[in-house]
Amino acid sequence: MAEITIVQAVNDALKEEMTRDDDVVVLGEDVGVNGGVFRCTADLHEMFGDDRVIDTPLSESGIIGAAIGMSLYGLKAVPEIQFSDFIWPAFDQITSELAKFRYRSGGQFTCPVVIRTPYGGGIRGGHYHSQSPEVYFTHTSGLVVVVPSDAYDAKGLLKAAIRSPDPVLFLEPKKIYRAPKMEVPDDDYVVEIGKAAVRREGTDFTITAYGAMVEVAMAACEKAAEKGWNGEVLDLRTLVPLDEESLIASVTKTGRLVTLQEAPKFCGFSSELSAIVAEKAIDVMEAPIKRVAGFDTPFPYTLEHVYMPHADRVLNAITEVMTY
Amino acid sequence: MTATEMLQIIGESGQTVGDHETDLTPDELVAMYEAMVRTRGLDERMINLQRQGRIGFYVPSTGEEAAQVGSGTVLLKDDWLYPSYRMPGTLLMRGVPLRDMIANCYGNEADNCFGRQMPVHYSFAKQNIVSISSPIGTHIIQATGTAMAQKLRGTKEITAAFFGDGGTSSNDFHSGLNFAGVWKVPCLFICSNNQWAISVPIEKQTASETLAQKAVAYGMPGVRVDGNDVLAVYKAVKEAAELARSGGGPSLLELMTYRRGPHSSSDDPTRYRGNQADEWLTRDPILRFRKYLERQDLWTDKKEKEATERIKNECNALVKEIEKLPNPTTESLFTDVYANVPPHLREQYKHLVETEGEGHEPDPDAAFPL
Repeated sequence: MAEITIVQAVNDALKEEMTRDDDVVVLGEDVGVNGGVFRCTADLHEMFGDDRVIDTPLSESGIIGAAIGMSLYGLKAVPEIQFSDFIWPAFDQITSELAKFRYRSGGQFTCPVVIRTPYGGGIRGGHYHSQSPEVYFTHTSGLVVVVPSDAYDAKGLLKAAIRSPDPVLFLEPKKIYRAPKMEVPDDDYVVEIGKAAVRREGTDFTITAYGAMVEVAMAACEKAAEKGWNGEVLDLRTLVPLDEESLIASVTKTGRLVTLQEAPKFCGFSSELSAIVAEKAIDVMEAPIKRVAGFDTPFPYTLEHVYMPHADRVLNAITEVMTY
Repeated sequence: MTATEMLQIIGESGQTVGDHETDLTPDELVAMYEAMVRTRGLDERMINLQRQGRIGFYVPSTGEEAAQVGSGTVLLKDDWLYPSYRMPGTLLMRGVPLRDMIANCYGNEADNCFGRQMPVHYSFAKQNIVSISSPIGTHIIQATGTAMAQKLRGTKEITAAFFGDGGTSSNDFHSGLNFAGVWKVPCLFICSNNQWAISVPIEKQTASETLAQKAVAYGMPGVRVDGNDVLAVYKAVKEAAELARSGGGPSLLELMTYRRGPHSSSDDPTRYRGNQADEWLTRDPILRFRKYLERQDLWTDKKEKEATERIKNECNALVKEIEKLPNPTTESLFTDVYANVPPHLREQYKHLVETEGEGHEPDPDAAFPL
């Protein structure tokens, strides 16, 4: 067991998968000699060479388009988009090309590319280095969308994504890239895609969260416990395909739901969670669902700490559902 | 040749001009001509079916047969192709069964894509023909990626991406050629400059003197070719392919031609260019190559009649067989979205069948607008 960060977990997963499978190729801006601006691809260039760790020209659409072409041919391309805020030039390649090849070709062509990209706020990055773009992609049929919340999952889910036959968007929570550290087994393991994890068992209310918001949910539950309310934290881990079963099971137990995300509220992923609970479990609910989310504004620079959901804001929502 | 001169071997009267030595045998020359006749025969039949309301949509390639067949003759079995939607001739030359192409246009049970796409968006993995995309230019960078994979695997294969003049304005034309130049991959970028992107003429598409000269900026050769001269196309593509295959990197080829018909069955070109297309009737690539073959006693009226009849009969027989087949199953709506059908799609399929049953007839009044 080694105590590692998410950055190290990602790096280890890449090293292990590239060692296991010669077809795995990493490409992107600054991923080579520099080892990535967040160091997620450190040492790879030295270990695997120019052919498998490719510094590309500066074009996101080019990176994803080339990765698609490589994967159609049979390689396993793992492109990095340096910040998810830079992903938009590749939107067409991701949504209409990558995600649709299997379907539109009647299953003749597949391109199981794994796009790694850091997302989210909390690093004083302002609008261009803080966005949470997940719902643009969860709305896209054909894509798998994964968001780990700790080092163990980051490693196990990334390895599972690389072995998956489907294209995966792998969103890395950069706020918690380097802390906290976590003990991770040295042995080869994968974490199954499509399964949520209960991070804290509780009976009075459920909080759903993913990525960097999981620790905020945990902190809020500690505060709620001081008031005698016992919360359950469901870490979604995979957004598509969603583990609906775990969601329904949790709210069936607690009867109350607070959804937590740092992305803007309107049409956010929590809106989908709320709709699913409303459709399938409204009869067990004892209070209206409360969504805690980023504001429907662009992501700010100076007032980032106001914008990002924090434990006290979540506690307010918990208080509302508990005192309804 | 340079990026501003134009390579030509057969003149408009079928006479040879310039360097006309060819490594093609008489049989190969005749096979190329027959492929051009088949291409036009297929197009005419399919447009006709569309006009009769029997298929929903079609993209004709009339007047561009030399570009398709000249390129198709060069590429080898293991090479990869990223076609545009206006090149059935190249596909036929790759050995794609006519039946599969017609089935795609009907989008029914016989279609290998289960009717998931409009007609002409073919996918033929067996022939390494990658699924055709509608948004212009997206496949150009994908071709670069495939060529990179071929290079990394150390094969002798090459990849060819085909697009029109409009495609050269797309962002992924830039990324495709830029990446390919930097990576020095075995990729051919073959532009059929048919001078129209739906209603927008080439002079509104670019201020460059030629499209071929754009290659200079990407560090690769650019060649301009008479795209209505099948032997010139063959020669230029062959030289570029040999360069790519021997590790010399990518090339850009500009095949000068003209889109004689509408952009698609939904387009009326008289709205934006009057009768301009008529000027190109005498510069027809099939007519020109026929004159060339006749000068060498390789072709006769009788052979012409037979070839035309043959493709007509083949199409008619296939249409008759395919037309009566049923739609793809409702289940096929939900498969191939992912490798395995995930729970939420299973649930949606189950709900659909439970509430609406299996049978869903298409709307007979639906028509695809331009």
